[in-house]
Formats: sequence, structure tokens, C-alpha cells
Amino acid sequence: MTAEPSPAGAALAGPATTLLRMSGIEKSFLGVQVLHGVDLDLRAGEVHALIGENGAGKSTLMKILAGVYQADGGTVELDGTQVRFEHPLQAQQAGVSTVFQEFNLLPERTVAENVFLGREPRRNRLVDAGRMNADTAALLDDLGLTWLRPETRVSSLSVAGQQIVEIVKALSYDARIISMDEPTAALADEEVELLYRLVAKLKERGVAILYVSHRLKEIFDLSDRVTILKDGTLVGTVPTADITSDELVRRMVGRPISSFFPDKLPGTEPGDVRLEIQGGGNEQLDGIDLRVRGGEIVALAGLQGSGRTEIAHALFGVDRFTRGTVNLDGRPLTARTPRQAVRAGLALVTEDRKGEGLVLNQTIGANARLVLDAVLPRRASQRARKIPGILSSLELVSQGSSQEVRFLSGGNQQKVVLAKWLATEPKVIVLDEPTRGIDVGAKERVYTLMRELSAQGVAILMISSELPEVLGMADRIVVLRDGRIAGELTGGPGDIGEETVMALATGHDAEGAQP
Amino acid sequence: MSRAVAVAGTGRTTRRRLGATELVWLALVGVTVIGAVLVALDDQNLFSIANTRDILSRSSLLGFVAIGQTLVILCRSLDLSVGYVMALSSLIAATTMNGDPARVPLAIGAVLLVAGAIGLCNGLIVTVLKVNPFIATLGVGLIIKGYLDTEYQGPAGEVPSSFQQFGFSRIGPVPVSTLVMLAVAVAGILFLRKTRTGYHMFAVGGSADVARLSGVRTGRVLVTAHVLCSIAAGIAGLLIAARFGTGSALVYNSGYDLESIAAVVLGGTLLMGGRGGIGGTIAGVLILAVLDTVFNILAVDPFFKDVLRGTIIVAAVAIYARRQIDRKASRIRFGGDGGSGGSAPPEPRPDQPAPELDRPGGPDDTDRRPGAGGSREPSVAADSGPADQQGHRPARHLDGTGGAR
Repeated sequence: MTAEPSPAGAALAGPATTLLRMSGIEKSFLGVQVLHGVDLDLRAGEVHALIGENGAGKSTLMKILAGVYQADGGTVELDGTQVRFEHPLQAQQAGVSTVFQEFNLLPERTVAENVFLGREPRRNRLVDAGRMNADTAALLDDLGLTWLRPETRVSSLSVAGQQIVEIVKALSYDARIISMDEPTAALADEEVELLYRLVAKLKERGVAILYVSHRLKEIFDLSDRVTILKDGTLVGTVPTADITSDELVRRMVGRPISSFFPDKLPGTEPGDVRLEIQGGGNEQLDGIDLRVRGGEIVALAGLQGSGRTEIAHALFGVDRFTRGTVNLDGRPLTARTPRQAVRAGLALVTEDRKGEGLVLNQTIGANARLVLDAVLPRRASQRARKIPGILSSLELVSQGSSQEVRFLSGGNQQKVVLAKWLATEPKVIVLDEPTRGIDVGAKERVYTLMRELSAQGVAILMISSELPEVLGMADRIVVLRDGRIAGELTGGPGDIGEETVMALATGHDAEGAQP
Repeated sequence: MSRAVAVAGTGRTTRRRLGATELVWLALVGVTVIGAVLVALDDQNLFSIANTRDILSRSSLLGFVAIGQTLVILCRSLDLSVGYVMALSSLIAATTMNGDPARVPLAIGAVLLVAGAIGLCNGLIVTVLKVNPFIATLGVGLIIKGYLDTEYQGPAGEVPSSFQQFGFSRIGPVPVSTLVMLAVAVAGILFLRKTRTGYHMFAVGGSADVARLSGVRTGRVLVTAHVLCSIAAGIAGLLIAARFGTGSALVYNSGYDLESIAAVVLGGTLLMGGRGGIGGTIAGVLILAVLDTVFNILAVDPFFKDVLRGTIIVAAVAIYARRQIDRKASRIRFGGDGGSGGSAPPEPRPDQPAPELDRPGGPDDTDRRPGAGGSREPSVAADSGPADQQGHRPARHLDGTGGAR
């Protein structure tokens, strides 16, 4: 509970000390096994990357370590003693802290109040705010975070600042193991640098860091060893220096990228331009020129916050373009509300499936009819007849259309969202992270569906953070950076390298890749 | 506002916004000044002894209830039973005292005990039975109402004159009851600022999940808030007994439940919990009291009075809501220069601070995730009501093979 790291811990911090050993971890949810006997060990002072595709079981493993979930089988040993964390607090008190992807902070409280939440220092039974702030300041100064003050309200910090507060909070429990779930997912480039330095500082202190990330670059920049998971099984643990990024991707995906994605269906030809944005801009975007033909799949790539979702929102009337023009099938589209966008023939599958895509406590049938009933009531009953067919063609696994969608798996929920939009027979469909958090089988079904739709002449605009998906599915890739188009890449799967896309997206080493 | 900010990102940092509490006290000053001018136009003085006394004694009764209500609302709960607790307390006080000054301490003890027990019920129903606080406290209130309606047809009991002093005596123009109310308010402010339980009320209201993961016993905190809220309503009941000289069941018709919530919200406490405080609530109570007194002096039609009060409350909350939105607005990269047909030259984006570890620009660099508004807020707003405070909500982004959804 003290601000200073214990000297004993520092003395132990030789690189070879194994702090934690997880062996044979098994876990299933509702009968679906997501972890099959996974082993993982963490050494003091190392950054240990954990990678795998979405659905490979990274987060589940992390949450077992954090005490959020309990393993069905296998053992966890901390310093050679077997432990079992029933509650996150237990893990924390044992020195295992986790920085989750969603923030575990109170935005309305100060940095110090957040760091010491639940164990505020007291004097005479009253909270000693002075000491709390001083202790927090000591922690911050120790990490070189002099710009961050204990009295600052968390809501006024940038995402990176909040992330750092989380890490400081984790550290304040005298954490010897900190796991971070995609810590850079929400950060801008210059903020990532901040995190890097903090990680380096923690390493010096002998803290073991379990680092979950999708970004290969970070894994090579930061980690000492990397553990690869695939479909809930351990592929292997290797020193990062001994593996190339191609090899890493190959072992992660387990097969060449091209075979994972279905080929174009015969007869898929780029048709007329269906969606055209010229000089689109608003407060988040500028100079967006984009054309999507019927039968074409165009991917929007870029880092989080680069403006991908903002384009989708502006098109769909959630937001607006304040500059430029948008045409749909040659006619100007000025959607001020999503309703108008749907009427014009646009569909948007949002990235936040549970929050924006579905009414969780309503049935599959009601969700699938939602847009039809709300926006196209006259054609609703006629088109709704097709919904059962659409759902079965998507291979939805359910107990019937009267089942509530909250009981479905992520993949099946996504199929309901897709069915909802397909029922409106859109001309242009925007898919924002269409395969996020769904299992491999559902993913392949989504990819096949995209191929089927393009064969029917639908224009598809796909937003994705997963580069293999972007490279494997798109006819063209438009890369965004800081609200502008950084470049456009054309070519089939295999022609474009992930590095080219990343270089454009990050702006590093951009001269070679600029069109 | 968007345009002004877009030009220079620095405008945000230099122009520090007023805190919610300061704003409410400013609003109180504004309302008082406007009220005084209107009253002066009617050739009267809002600050005369009689009028000041009127304002203050009005505020003491609502003040007690609103102080308690603040604690509950901070925890993202609500108490609709306060009106009934007040009525019941006034009756318990008056019938226990029964005209005997020696029985005053006993009566006070009985009132606080019964009120605390009701609060305990409210809290346990909300935390253990996981009933939505709206329904839980409404139900408890109705139970009390049924008891009152069957047991007490009219006023009952008698308050000795010594205790009636609590209702009527004054120090200068300031009623003793107002002083007691202010003392309770100060105690409440210290409680929120100085005790762990007080700190944890903000945490429970801000995010029950975060609080629980940090080791806060959320249920216990919420129950404490409910007990304190009911006790505050009990004190208000004592004041009613002192003023009326007898216990009155019909007090529950006076709308103190909703009015106390209005005062709390007017005082800048978020109905969603986690932010606010008693300081603002007192200002909210005083605003309502000043309005009432002004309307009375000007002899405004009582129905129109309600129209005005309603309008002011809605307008005030609308202003807070706007401030909320502005604060959370995502970072603006490009100035909105309003549809110049794509010919706009690309503006340079605001200078990015160099990636220095010790850069000074940490604060006020607003959320830049695309889902910023969407990812954090709704989960606070929709999922983590007190009803599921004990239950473990599986985290949203689990990317296991979908099973846990």
C-alpha cells in the first residue's frame, strides 16, 4: 500500500525469476470451450506479449489471471504457490493488476481519488486527502509523470492520460504483474510513445508485463517473449528476437491468409459508381474523396480515431459532412438523419453491436424487423417474409426467432444485425468492424456474405482494424490518417503488404508508400 | 461554440469553466437580484425582515429532505418515500410527546429510529432484492401511506411549546430551524469530503462496477445513503410537528418527494449519480424558496406559479445537460466552415504536442476515440443501475469464442 516499490521485490528482479506460471488452463462458456489447456509463464522484468486473432482466447486468459473469470481446469502458481483468484480484488492484493480495455476509472473524480479508491488513507477515521495527494504525487513523480497531477479530474485527461492513471492505480497496489489489454487501442501515435516509456520504466523495476495487442509493431518494439494463441490453444512461446513478423502472423493465423478468405464469386464485376464522396469534410474529417462501385469492396483502414467511423457516421446521417458532396447512384444524398439514409438505400452495421446494433432484450424476430418496421413500414410485411430465409442462409444458430438476442453468441448476434440490414435491400452497405469479437466460423460466413452481396451488385464499404481482413477482402484499400485520406492501395490479396498499410496509417516511413 | 474552439485548441484550456456548484450559487444570486427588482417594481422589499424570514423558513423544511436526497442521488438511487416518512415522523413525534416536555428526547429518538429503519428497508430492498429504487421507495412509501390513512384520520398528538420553539424561534431574522438545517448541511458536506463512505458514494454513483472492482462494498454504501436520507426526512418531520404543534398525515400530499429531487438536480447533482454535492443542493433549495417568496409577494396565481417553477427547473437542467455535452464533445480537427463545396483548403490541424513524457498538455485533450461518447457513457447510463450492483457484468469486449455473450 506504500508508494515505494518494496526493496525486496527489486532485489528479486533478476530476469530469470519466474513470477507466475499458468498451466493447462481450461475454460468454457455455455458449453463452448474457449481455452484448451493453455500454459503461460511470466518472468520478473519482462514484457510478455500475448497475441492471437480475435476469439483466440487472449482476453479470457487475461481475465482468468485477473480473477474476473475462474478457470475450469489447470493451475495458477504465483511464486511457486498455487493460487486461485475468485475476485479481481484478490488478484490485486496478491500483486496481479490488470488494465482493462474499457476504463475502470471514475471520470468525475480526481486522479488521486481514483488511484486510492477503496483504500483511502485515513487519519482519525477521516480521509487524509493531503496524504492521498502526496502519495499519488510521489507515485507519479517516480514514474517521471510530472505533467500529471493528483488533483486533476480524470475526465479532463486525454485517453492516454486516463490509461496512465489506470497503470498508476495498478502499480499502487504494489503490483508485480500488470497485464494490459490492448493498451494502445485508443491512443494516438504520440500517446503510444508515452505508454512505451512507462512500460520501459516498469520493466526496470522488475514488474512483469503481460501485453495483449493486435499491433505487431508494438510487440516487436516492446516484448521480450511472445505467446501465440490460436482458437483457444497454445501455439507456442518464443523469444521475440527469434521470430519474424511474417512467421508470427503465419503461426497466429495458422494458414496462409489468402485461403482464409473466400474468393470472389464468378460474375462479380465492378459496376457503376454507387457511392461517391467528393471533398467531404466536417470537424473530424477533411478532403474525403471516395468512390465505391457496385460489386466492389472498399476497405477503410487506419488507426483508431483516424476518421474511419466518422466517415460512416457522416454518410449515415449520425453526423454530417459540412463540406463536399455525396452521391448515391448519381443522386445527391443529404442524409440528416439515419432514417433518411436508410430510405436512400444505405445500411450501416455499427461497430458496437450490443449498444447500437441490437435491442438485447427483444427477440431475434423483432430485432430483424426493426429497421423495416420503423423506416419502411409500407414494404415491411412483404420484405419481412424474407427474413427467415436470410437468417437461415446466414446459418444462425438459435432456438427460434422468439429467442431474445442477448442469449446469442457474438457471432450469431452479428448475423441478426446483418439480417436486419439485408432485409432493407440496401444499395450500399457500410460494415464497421463486421467481425469484431465473433468466432472464426461466423467470420467466414460474414466474408462469404460479403462476396455474395458484391456478386449482386451491392457496393460495400468495410471498416476494419484487422489488417488480414482488409487485405484479404478488399478490392481497394483507402487508408486514413488524422481525418484525411493518407493513400489508396489497389490490388488483390497478396499484392499489398501489411507494412504498406501500416506505414500509411501511422505516417512513419511514408515516402515509399505515398501514391 | 464549435467554431470558436476550432480555431485554437488553446482556447479550451485557458478559459476554465466554472464548477457546477459555483454556477448554481451564481444562479441563486441572479434569481435573487431579478426577484428583488420585480418586487421593488411592486413597491416592496424582498430583503425586508419578514420576507427574508419567509425565504429562510421555507428553505429549512425542504433543505432537510433535499440534503438526504442528495446522498441517495449521488449513489445513483432515488427516494420517493421521503414525503411519507416526513408525515409518519411528525405523527410519531407529536403522539409520543403528547404535550409532555419531558418526553421530547424520547420522541426525537423514536423518530430517528423509525426513519432510520425505513431507510434500512429501502436500502436493503434496492441492494439485496435488487428492486429498482424508483419502485422500491415508491412501494415503501405506499405502505406507509396505507398505515397513515387507516390509523390517523386527522391531526394527532400534541407538541409541547418548548419543542415548538424549534419551529418558530429565531436569532435575528434567521429561524433556528434554518440554522439547524445549515448545520446538517455542513455535517453532510464534511461527511462526503472527509469519510471513506462519503468518497465511496461518489464511486458507487459514478460506476458501481469500478467501485466494486476497487474493493468498495457498494451495497453497504448504498444502504447507508438510504438510511441517512430517511433520517433527514425524519428531521423534517420533527420540524413539521414543531410548526404545526401536532402530527399531520396529510403532509405527504405536499410534494416534498419530487420537490426535493428537483432541488437536488437544480443544485447540479447528476440524476445519474457520481457528481454533485450538498453545497449545490442548498443553493437549489434557496432558489426554489426565493421563487416561492417572490411569487407570493407578487400574488402570482398559484397555478401559474407551478408553471413558472416547472419551466425554471427544466431550463436549469437543460443548461446542465448542454454543459455535459460540450465537455464530452470529441476533439475537433477541422474547422467547420459551413459547406463551401469541398473547395476549402485543408487547414493545418492544431499543433500536436511533442511526444514528451513530461509534456504539460495532459489535461483537456479530449477523448479522441471514435466511439468516445458511445463506448463509455451508455454503459454507465444503461447497464450498471443499482439493480445489478452485486451481479457481475461480463466485460463488454470479451473476445472469447462468443460463448459468454
